[in-house]
Amino acid sequence: MFRAVFRLSATGARSLARSRPCYSAPLASRCYSHGKVETDEEFDARWVTYFSKPDIDAWELRKGMNTLIGYDLVPEAKILDSALRACRRLNDLASAIRILEAVKDKAGPHKDIYPYLIQELKPTLLSRLFDV
Amino acid sequence: MNKSVLTQPLRLSSVSVVQLFHSLTTTMLRLTAGRVGSLVARRATVALTTNSARMASHEVAQAVDMSQPMYVDRLDTPLPDRPYTDVLTAADKSLKQKEKGPWSQLSQEEKLALYRLAFHQTYPEMKRPSAEWKTVLGGMFIFLGFTGLLVWWQTAYVYPPRPRTFDKEWQAKQLQRMLDMKVNPIEGFSAKWDYEKGQWK
Repeated sequence: MFRAVFRLSATGARSLARSRPCYSAPLASRCYSHGKVETDEEFDARWVTYFSKPDIDAWELRKGMNTLIGYDLVPEAKILDSALRACRRLNDLASAIRILEAVKDKAGPHKDIYPYLIQELKPTLLSRLFDV
Repeated sequence: MNKSVLTQPLRLSSVSVVQLFHSLTTTMLRLTAGRVGSLVARRATVALTTNSARMASHEVAQAVDMSQPMYVDRLDTPLPDRPYTDVLTAADKSLKQKEKGPWSQLSQEEKLALYRLAFHQTYPEMKRPSAEWKTVLGGMFIFLGFTGLLVWWQTAYVYPPRPRTFDKEWQAKQLQRMLDMKVNPIEGFSAKWDYEKGQWK
């Protein structure tokens, strides 16, 4: 009985998504009352792209980071990777350290998030940047 | 650019600000003169003049230029608008040059020095617990105690004498009168009194 209900709701959701197109352009996260909500992958991709800009300037890095920390989430490892690479391009070690501090603070009482992120970042980035 | 703003003598600006404030208040007082009365306005301006003169004579704390980007230590703003130290010594500048190379070549002290150039407090320093709660609790109890003293003094010196209706004998007679009147005999007061036995049920 529950499976039938679930199937019904799933098909209902699908049909809703097809029948009502989202009017806004790339920023799908804006229309909450109608249209689709931005998925986690889209959010991550958007931020990775933001920090991956080759000629990113210091202001954009600061703005991006302050905005990201303002959200109610801990950024994914790939977003942090992108942001730390931006710090490297800007020759800003202090900001890189600050970003990691901020992310550790964002995890709040969940003490296992930060070690996980470091573990994810270590092989690709940290070992090359910081000689950790 | 920032250096000149910070090292300029600020006495002039404080005086001009004070003069502006003084002129604003005097004009305001002159406007209210019709309603309040010229005597009050004149007395107030005299008081203000003496205050402003005193303010101009001693050194005011360094005024912050709010039109420039400011540094702030905030947990929710990891990268403030400007670095903590704007003025770099020659050693700092050479360190900044070294920062452009591979970071693995920087020693631990150099990395810390670069951090302290850009930022004032680290996140753990920002989040350090303070002993403020002791001040708050202590202040609370002091004021509660003081209030208690006031209340005691009030009971001793302010309250009129106690009404005679509170005396034990009066209360007993009042109780007896209520039972005689059969107050609330069905479900309330007198219903709980056993009239045959002459005691509470």
